[in-house]
Amino acid sequence: MKVLMFGWEFPPHISGGLGTASYGLSRALLKTGMEILFVVPKAYGDEEPGNIRLVNASQVAVNATDEAFKDHWDQISFLEVDSALMPYATEEDYIMISEQFRPGSQPEKPERNTHTYTFFGGYGKNLWEEVQRYALVASQIANQHDFDIIHAHDWLTYPAGIEAKRISGSPLVVHIHATEFDRSGAQVNQRIFDTEKNGMETADMVIAVSNRTRNTVINRYGIDPAKVVTIHNGVEAIGNGKPLRVKKHVKEKIVTFLGRVTYQKGPEYFIEAAYKVLQKDPDVRFVMAGSGDLLSKMIRRVAALGIATRFHFTGFLKNEEVEQLFGMSDVYVMPSVSEPFGISPLEAMRSNVPVIISRQSGVAEVINHAVKVDYWDIDALADAIHALIHYPSLQNTSVGFGKEEVNNIRWDDAGIKVREVYEQLVHKLLSNKTGR
Amino acid sequence: MKSVCLYFQVHQPFRLRTYRFFDIGKHHHYFDDYANRFLMQQVAGKCYLPANKVLMDLIMKYGKDFKVSFSISGTALDQFEVFAPDVLESFRVLAETGNVEFLAETHAHSLAALKSRNEFNRQVTYHSNRIKSLFGQTPTTFRNTELVYSNDIGDAVYDMGYQTMITEGAKHVLGRESPNRMYCSASSPELKLLLKNFQLSDDIAFRFSNQNWSEWPLTPEKYVGWLKDQKQDDEVVNLFMDYETFGEHQWAETGIFDFLKGFPAMLLENTNIKFTTPSELANTLTPHLPVNIPDPISWADEERDLTAWLGNEMQKEAFTKVYSIENKLNKINDPGLYYIWQYLQTSDHFYYMCTKWFSDGAVHRYFNPYSSPYEAFINYMNVLSDFITKVDSHYDSFIC
Repeated sequence: MKVLMFGWEFPPHISGGLGTASYGLSRALLKTGMEILFVVPKAYGDEEPGNIRLVNASQVAVNATDEAFKDHWDQISFLEVDSALMPYATEEDYIMISEQFRPGSQPEKPERNTHTYTFFGGYGKNLWEEVQRYALVASQIANQHDFDIIHAHDWLTYPAGIEAKRISGSPLVVHIHATEFDRSGAQVNQRIFDTEKNGMETADMVIAVSNRTRNTVINRYGIDPAKVVTIHNGVEAIGNGKPLRVKKHVKEKIVTFLGRVTYQKGPEYFIEAAYKVLQKDPDVRFVMAGSGDLLSKMIRRVAALGIATRFHFTGFLKNEEVEQLFGMSDVYVMPSVSEPFGISPLEAMRSNVPVIISRQSGVAEVINHAVKVDYWDIDALADAIHALIHYPSLQNTSVGFGKEEVNNIRWDDAGIKVREVYEQLVHKLLSNKTGR
Repeated sequence: MKSVCLYFQVHQPFRLRTYRFFDIGKHHHYFDDYANRFLMQQVAGKCYLPANKVLMDLIMKYGKDFKVSFSISGTALDQFEVFAPDVLESFRVLAETGNVEFLAETHAHSLAALKSRNEFNRQVTYHSNRIKSLFGQTPTTFRNTELVYSNDIGDAVYDMGYQTMITEGAKHVLGRESPNRMYCSASSPELKLLLKNFQLSDDIAFRFSNQNWSEWPLTPEKYVGWLKDQKQDDEVVNLFMDYETFGEHQWAETGIFDFLKGFPAMLLENTNIKFTTPSELANTLTPHLPVNIPDPISWADEERDLTAWLGNEMQKEAFTKVYSIENKLNKINDPGLYYIWQYLQTSDHFYYMCTKWFSDGAVHRYFNPYSSPYEAFINYMNVLSDFITKVDSHYDSFIC
């Protein structure tokens, strides 16, 4: 079976769970005998796709004078996306964005006859336009390739998925890694919401990464429960099987937050809990690794609390730096306000770091051997941090059982379930065609 | 088959309140008075009072033919006194009929037998005196917390003067032998052992309302039929279970009270099988065989071992730490501190920290006020840390 898959990121150029998840899933699907054509807006050339056929949308020529595209093209709106709409933006992106908007550098005005369009990739200011252009390229790709099923990851790729479905008639699966409600709380962007809803409605099947997300899809987007299925993410096994242990150069225990410093990830709860712990035990260091729109506010809060000598900000970390940080950490905290899944606690557990996760996360559905707290319950969070530092058997028990547990949360299992979804849809399509 | 021995365990722990690490040293208020009162009164209304009434009616109707035994933990007695004195009164009324035997156990429903012979003896003696003063009888039969038994524990119990002890009829101990006989300890042969028939006990305690069970619904007719079908040379079927089975674990709507009423009536009216108590059995039966149990057994889970309380590292740390202050407490000899220490020894606290229940059935979950063993451990350790600090400071001023 051939799968046309639309993603927005591909390792190593990823900003979070979306890239990791769509890649992990693709590799698992390959193992079940699927062929994967993975489309990204922009390939950087240093990807290692293995047997995944990586299609760089920036190199796909679109003949926009062709009448087939004319209608679609006319409907595309080119709107600038203001920075608040860049929920995934990493520091890497920020730098590129700010360069893009240096005085004198105007965003490229779209030309209808352009043959290829070099996508900015990531989450730039003209994200909205890129999403539309990506859909245009998708119809071209759909014309050029044979495939049995279309699989689109998150709202950025839904217009592309819909377009490919329109051209080919193949079934469309949309995969919900996050919804606008997770990213933005009450400040939902209507346009993104509409795009998500349209994708879900057009799709033949919706895959949610957790029951929590499945409920959001059903309740907030009004999607028929019968076509929404939960398939939890997995985690890659560690290469050589041995987690990295890094020598610390401080004697204190290290408690780590790793993730985008945005509303969704609950960084302020981590800071307030750190303050409570430090009141009682000053011999602890807290690290906030990551970047995002709340970063400067968080730095100001740490300064105001007077804990800056014990609370450190690293900015955005690359993969190997993340491994190193896990290697030094004694406790990992994910206090997310709304986390559809949350792969990074699994990565921490895999590195023998005990974890505290918010109950408002999808990963809490698949993990028993973590301390779970409500994200808003700062007392409970502080208490859990304190306990993991001071009661050795708590750490040992949760790491010991957690390791076993996390080794059983495999992409391969997710791959098998996704394959079953494909098979159902293809089967249904065939029976419809033969009139049975 | 000649007789049925009914023994019901009555127990409520002193549950801890949410106690954060920043409470350590600030205040020493450990117990969740609200939850303990609420739960005690709820169980009293759903179970203890209606079940006692059923038993009382049976005694009034069948006189000496119907007998029953209770073991009531000291923590339950303490809570009856404060939160539900009417329950205590109804047990007293039952005691006055002369048809009810009360067993001895550890005051705090603790696992002290596994750690400290001294503390174990102290709690058993205390509990026995308490039973005497409340119900007017001195227990001659001992039941240990969670039916935990080993040769060593048997020796300790025998040395305290008990003639009979009850424990689990664990398969790996009995092999092909029947639990329906009198046994004795291999190391203290004069200590008689009554073993729980877990099949027939659990049919009531765990399976009664399970609609997926092939025997559902369980009627008195069916159950009495099973009792009659036991082997000819069997002497006694020991039906040991939590008293909370009636009305709490198995809700009244399942018909459990009708069953509790119905099966003794049917047994007494249609068969020659009698109800009996452990001390009567000890006086009439001679041991069939000695049983050798070097490693402790219990009545929990498939394994019938200690792993529900002392299986993982957290449970072991908590258990070791709570007993680490025993000598200091004995020296200080402060009744208030000693009382709190006993409540912290209650086996339930360790049960809440069990990591097995993720895979091992809903029974664990049912009794657990915490949503995870990690939470249970954190809270317990915070309380214990504060208590240890308090004991240390008392001790320091004591030796000065």
